[in-house]
Amino acid sequence: MSSLLQYTLRIADSSLILGQRMSEWCAKGPTLEEDIALSNIALDLFGQANGFYEYAAELDGEKSADDLAFLRNEREFFNHQIVELENGHFGDTIVRNFLHDGFNFLFYTELAKSKDETLAALAAKSIKEVKYHLRHTSNWLIRLGDGTEESNPKVQTSLNNIWQFTGELFEMDEIDNELLSAGIAVDNASIKSEWDNIVNKTLKKAKLSRPEDGYMATGGKKGMHTEHLGFLLAEMQFLQRAHPNAKW
Amino acid sequence: MQNGNTNKIWELLDTVPDPEIPVISVVELGVIRNVEYKKNTYFISITPTYSGCPAVKTFTDDISNCLKTNGIENFELKKVYSPAWTTNWMSKATKEKLKKYGIAPPSDSIICPQCDSKNTALISDFGATACKALYKCNDCLEPFEFFKCI
Repeated sequence: MSSLLQYTLRIADSSLILGQRMSEWCAKGPTLEEDIALSNIALDLFGQANGFYEYAAELDGEKSADDLAFLRNEREFFNHQIVELENGHFGDTIVRNFLHDGFNFLFYTELAKSKDETLAALAAKSIKEVKYHLRHTSNWLIRLGDGTEESNPKVQTSLNNIWQFTGELFEMDEIDNELLSAGIAVDNASIKSEWDNIVNKTLKKAKLSRPEDGYMATGGKKGMHTEHLGFLLAEMQFLQRAHPNAKW
Repeated sequence: MQNGNTNKIWELLDTVPDPEIPVISVVELGVIRNVEYKKNTYFISITPTYSGCPAVKTFTDDISNCLKTNGIENFELKKVYSPAWTTNWMSKATKEKLKKYGIAPPSDSIICPQCDSKNTALISDFGATACKALYKCNDCLEPFEFFKCI
């Protein structure tokens, strides 16, 4: 697999898996408006994933975008581990998405300057949507953190639990470095300080404390995942596995 | 029709309504980026509004049907992502059509399409389609959709 293909798949996979998690909220949202919001975010993420998978399929030359989404096993998925974490309660979902949205917004802003024209165009398209997602999750985080005696400690616990999955977002491995020197990839480490600003500012407004950096989970980009991804794929891929090439 | 008259194609495309907001055409929506005639084929570039907007598939099929019904078979539709779609491409006349239809058009100030009041409040960042948010008017008390600026 070429470095560019693997790099593109990492982006596509993170969008798809988070989109699948958001779609699990459909008809289970805390209010009707929020149900619609979470489903809309799922739709944006699927759309973004589709663009990156179409490019990956072009680079691959054999597999289609659908094959890539539905016919790979968990060790062949390269998404960040944070996006595969279970939805938990609404606060868990908001914290997970907020942390990832902040990264995604900065990541796409940089990727839009890539020398790879397709990646740059897909990123420029995605920024607008992700910016809106970040606004939405930031507002909710503030409302829940600066909310009630019940909601504040609940989201603080969510934050403490999910924090260990933020380290991976800023890692650079040999594929990132190779494509960074070619002017294609984003220097993930370089967007960390801006991400810190976004996170610190929002946590302050939300009256939440930033957890200490401790153990950080890693490996998603190399196909190493938490126990949650296999179950997610089993549900998401069931139809195509049971009825190959089924269409509707 | 094989004569390469791209204006005629634009005219036909302007008769294809947006599937969600039928008072405006796909041309007015700004998703048709280019029509080119090369080697006996019309190349039509289409850009999605939102990455995951399900209407894209519908209006792409509608465009094909419209052209075929009008005897045009020599065309190819291609999806383009750059430059990213923006509501800035909507003309004043198009925005006026949205307003008449009951949707507050994209703008910095969100005005009730029913009574023109500026005294409005956000109900939800997201609406029935990816391109809209939900608002209500504090004066006439009507809820309404706002076409988000992107």
